[in-house]
Amino acid sequence: MPPENPRVLPPPPASAPLLQFRDADLGYDRRPVLRSVDLAVAPGECLAVTGPNGAGKTTLLRAALGLADVLAGEVHRATPRWGYVPQRHSVAAAVPATVAEVVAVGRLPLAGPWRRWAPSVRRADRAAVAAALEAVGLADRAGDAVARLSGGQQRRVLLARALATESPLLLLDEPTAGVDALNQQVIATVLRHLRDGGAGLVVITHDVEALAGVCTRRVEVGDGLVRPAPAHPDLVPAGVAR
Amino acid sequence: MNDLLALWDYDFMRRALLAAALVGVAAPLVGAFVVQRGLSLIGDGLGHVALTGVAAGVLTGAAPVWTALVAAVAAALAVEVVRTRGRTSGDVALAVIFYGGIAGGVVLLSAAPPGSSADLESYLFGALTTTSAADVRTFGVLALVLLVTVVLLRPWFFAVSSDEEHARAVGLPTRALTTTLAVLTAVTVVLSMRTVGLLLVSALMVVPVAAAQRTCSSFAAVQVAACAVGLFASTGGVVASYQLGTPPGGTIVLLALGIFAVAGLGAALRPGRIPAGR
Repeated sequence: MPPENPRVLPPPPASAPLLQFRDADLGYDRRPVLRSVDLAVAPGECLAVTGPNGAGKTTLLRAALGLADVLAGEVHRATPRWGYVPQRHSVAAAVPATVAEVVAVGRLPLAGPWRRWAPSVRRADRAAVAAALEAVGLADRAGDAVARLSGGQQRRVLLARALATESPLLLLDEPTAGVDALNQQVIATVLRHLRDGGAGLVVITHDVEALAGVCTRRVEVGDGLVRPAPAHPDLVPAGVAR
Repeated sequence: MNDLLALWDYDFMRRALLAAALVGVAAPLVGAFVVQRGLSLIGDGLGHVALTGVAAGVLTGAAPVWTALVAAVAAALAVEVVRTRGRTSGDVALAVIFYGGIAGGVVLLSAAPPGSSADLESYLFGALTTTSAADVRTFGVLALVLLVTVVLLRPWFFAVSSDEEHARAVGLPTRALTTTLAVLTAVTVVLSMRTVGLLLVSALMVVPVAAAQRTCSSFAAVQVAACAVGLFASTGGVVASYQLGTPPGGTIVLLALGIFAVAGLGAALRPGRIPAGR
């Protein structure tokens, strides 16, 4: 069942945009995929990014993460760290790892190798991992190998890893794709709580319905441009959402 | 039992066992990350290139351990550049580097003084009696550096090994981490060359990890268990090799493979086993 009261991120100190694209051309190897992107994501806002396959949705997200080239203009993140949920159906790799080990990776941007030995840092890490797993309803699976989990549960592990950063900005690439209804419901509940807690979310999705009541705004990517999309019945205004 | 204890009286045997113990722990420790990254055979390739370094040492009179280390580290860095830039097909570029390494070694050694080829064989297949006290000291320093680095950076190495794109996306210094891992892999290859030989280096990095992942569900447990398997196989293999008169490298690897087979059987018979290699 979806968690009743998942831990949400602390609200950001200011209401300035957490993520902003200013007249940005984005692409790879000097070739633009998207041109003149003007976009801002404020605290408490969930932006749905939709569009056909190959239109450049992932390029937009990758540029926000610093993984794609900003060929012109500017991309600005107003937070020193951020959470990221990649478009992966599995976190299992060649060598087994537990759910807690995978989620703990989300803590690495917070402290370097020397500080990590401090007991206070280790305690904070353990608490954050436990809270993130509680939020996605997997607290009882912390010690299990991730390979034992279903695909939908593994997506929740990826979400927990992003939550463990305790960042006010989360970027998610198709978090509900290929996930059953129950897991979709859990993911939507967690995202709604994050948004209500003041986090800014960017969600690439083909399925706005799966995130009904979560997203506050939608943009459509196509023909090398990012355009505001018409109103959608499953979108909620940011003010109302709060 | 007395026969086994008597082995410790021989200087060369003490050196061989110490070198084997260092390799037995170090190789699986780094090997866990290598396997996690899907680069199980990179140790094999770096071993090929280290041969050029050995040949350069034989030709110039420099210590082959150090020249092999330089060659292996250079190759590891080249592999990393090829892998990250990705402009050439990765496996083709790696093959060019590796086969260039072994070809260079063979050609260089053809110009070496007579008698050098026997020395070469000890590097290719390992040799008990040729590990000098200086070699053991060098291996000790290298193993210590490797151990400290892995202990300090273990969570970061795990992050880049299991999901490099995510690590880069959240701002971890992935290039520095993967480069460090590549250098550690090269160090492991050089550590292993006297004990198991350059042609079997990969086995000691991979097989203990493969055995451990059959029975463990956490990455940390796999690393600890793999080091235990590696330590047992390498020191046990050295002793068995001496007793049976067999080459140490092959004996160590066969012993490790035996443990892998037993672990696989145990995992197959255990209910609710962990699916491997997903």
